[in-house]
Amino acid sequence: MSADLLYSDTEDALRESVRALLAATCPSERVTEAYDGDTSVASDAWRAVSDAMELAGLGIDESLGGGGATSREVAVVMEELGRVVAPIPFLTSSVIATRVLVSCGADDLVRTLVDGSAVAVLTVPLTTMDLGDLTLPTVAGGLVTGRVHAVAGCELATLMIVPALDGTVLTLQAIEPQSGSTSVTMRSSFDMTRPVADVGFTAAPATELARGADAESAVRAGLLAGGAMLASEQVGLAEWCLESTVAYTKQRNQFGRPIGSFQALKHRMARLWIAVNSARAAARNAAVLVDAGGDEAAVAVGLAQAYCSDVAVLAAEECVQLHGGIGMTWEHPAHLYLKRAKADQVALGTAAHHRVVLAEGLTPT
Amino acid sequence: MSDARPAIDLAREFIESWDPATPREESLRARYDAGLAWVAQPAGLGGLGCAPEDQRGVEAAFTAAGFPDNNALANGIGLGMAAPTIFAVGTDEQKERLLRPLWTGEEIWCQLFSEPGAGSDLANVATRAVRTGDGWVVNGQKVWTSNAHNAVYALLLARTDPDLPKHSGLTYFALDMRDPGVEVRPLRQITGEAEFNEVFLTDVFIPDTDRLGDVNNGWLVAMTTLANERVSIGNSDAEVEQTMVDVVERTWRSAPESTRRRTRDRFMSLWVDAKVADLAAARMKQQLEAGKPGPEGSALKVTFARLAQELSGLEIELLGADGLGYGDWEMVRPTIVEFTGRDAGYRYLRAKGNSIEGGTSEILLNIIAEKVLGLPPEHRPDKGMAWKDSPR
Repeated sequence: MSADLLYSDTEDALRESVRALLAATCPSERVTEAYDGDTSVASDAWRAVSDAMELAGLGIDESLGGGGATSREVAVVMEELGRVVAPIPFLTSSVIATRVLVSCGADDLVRTLVDGSAVAVLTVPLTTMDLGDLTLPTVAGGLVTGRVHAVAGCELATLMIVPALDGTVLTLQAIEPQSGSTSVTMRSSFDMTRPVADVGFTAAPATELARGADAESAVRAGLLAGGAMLASEQVGLAEWCLESTVAYTKQRNQFGRPIGSFQALKHRMARLWIAVNSARAAARNAAVLVDAGGDEAAVAVGLAQAYCSDVAVLAAEECVQLHGGIGMTWEHPAHLYLKRAKADQVALGTAAHHRVVLAEGLTPT
Repeated sequence: MSDARPAIDLAREFIESWDPATPREESLRARYDAGLAWVAQPAGLGGLGCAPEDQRGVEAAFTAAGFPDNNALANGIGLGMAAPTIFAVGTDEQKERLLRPLWTGEEIWCQLFSEPGAGSDLANVATRAVRTGDGWVVNGQKVWTSNAHNAVYALLLARTDPDLPKHSGLTYFALDMRDPGVEVRPLRQITGEAEFNEVFLTDVFIPDTDRLGDVNNGWLVAMTTLANERVSIGNSDAEVEQTMVDVVERTWRSAPESTRRRTRDRFMSLWVDAKVADLAAARMKQQLEAGKPGPEGSALKVTFARLAQELSGLEIELLGADGLGYGDWEMVRPTIVEFTGRDAGYRYLRAKGNSIEGGTSEILLNIIAEKVLGLPPEHRPDKGMAWKDSPR
């Protein structure tokens, strides 16, 4: 437990510039438009994040043209993205898919992700934390066939990394979705800022990236990194919810005094502050330990996911409730946070799933 | 003055020349005089003026050598609260006189803060100290005083000027518990034990040389004491003590009840919360070390209390029939209190106090809401009013 859980000066500086960038590119009015079918906010914001600050390659090794940062710094970006519910495929492409490709040693493909011109996605349901008993597409003679439901991060994807079975052997196949043999059906999603799609392959031509144990460990590394970084997104989201709720209850008067002076509300916000602070410690711990891999990383990520996902939902729910009627409106951004938090709760394994896995680690076998 | 050589070298040298046959108290006094008691404190007062981090290594060296310890757990208030206060506001004479026997454990300390009418509203203290000649005469009643039956000294908060508003008319003293006007009566609690006491003070004399800090500045001194409560000096014992989750995890592994899915999930939720609380505590410590202290200690205590209560409650359920026993209800007056000690029934009952002692969870949540989140303060009708006129 000796991990450094604080933010470094470099990380604080990074946060400041990311926050300024997102304030300009992801104002809540524009993010809300994603629910009414305007997807331009996603591509505009993605361009800004990847071009202006080269964030897409932040966690990629310098030898591959990236920023060479560790997950600690990437986690700070995730917090900021969570704070504005940024509708961009950073988690799915810049974290999960990138980590899978790095693990496969697919250096040429990783290089294409650095400047954000290529966007990759690991085609598994967003709820997946391990491949377990998923029904996967199959591959034969270099052609992939099958369907995958509820995949997030497809909207801008130019490269799909498809876990596919060759007989009983797991493989990872690279597919360019533009070809006619791949269909991407965007679904009307609970969280339109990270919409899910159903993906179908009909004898889609593919290039094999890895197979067997290599493929398994690449997927595991990607999802583990995803779990760690998602926790930081949840911290950022929860932090915004708490801050906006505190600010609102200070200025909203009823019964001749600010509603934030009522103890019933103060205690709810104080408890939430404790939870958000604890979530931050758990998320920082996961961000520090995830890069090393191994059991310690798995426990740290499991712990962070088992804790942070519920805290984000609690924060968003408290935000709606303590804002009263205004929190229920389309106009107020609280709903963006509630929808993202609730979707995040089932993403990459529910808290209950992570608790089961952690319990298995505790029981001597 | 600070010795250029590392504290750990001096400690090893000291241990080498120490004869294990030396009586306990003499050994401890010698260690104090060598500056190896709390190494971060100034030379001449049990320290070497070096970095607080050095304490851990020194402590480990003494433990490894089988050196007698100062029974820190029996003097938690002395080491954790009285010592930092004396270092902060004590006169040179007070430091010289009080700190050595405090550290060696020869003089146990207790804290005379709460009163029947001053619990959460601590500043409402009514115990009076009236100036007389070269000292003060004290009359009043204190309550919930842990360890009063073992203590030689007490930290006393008393009212010296009732014409001032309640926070302004208080003064802080070191009170000699051997004074004939001090009567200590045990208060039995729900565990059957009597950890704490009522203390009646009748014409107790305190020489002015035992006043800690300025007259009518007691509230500020008391706040220093409370802020220091969790930053213990020269005591690493607290870190090795087992936590409630460790205890209940052991029970959980062997309890048949834990195979039920719902029980498992309940335990794992608490386990996750406890592990995350450890991380939050580690993060707070790092913030303190980086010089960014915050009121996070209040948050940790709220979490700690909730977890101790829920975990100890679950443990009885896990034990089923075995959870129906209770060691015994005999009224003992313990010297050391271990929240994780005795049996599951005791742990459950004792944990109920965790959200009351040292600031109720409700008061701590108020502190977080007002000091951290900046929410508007509670309505306080007695604000600015002379204490003697305030509603009570």
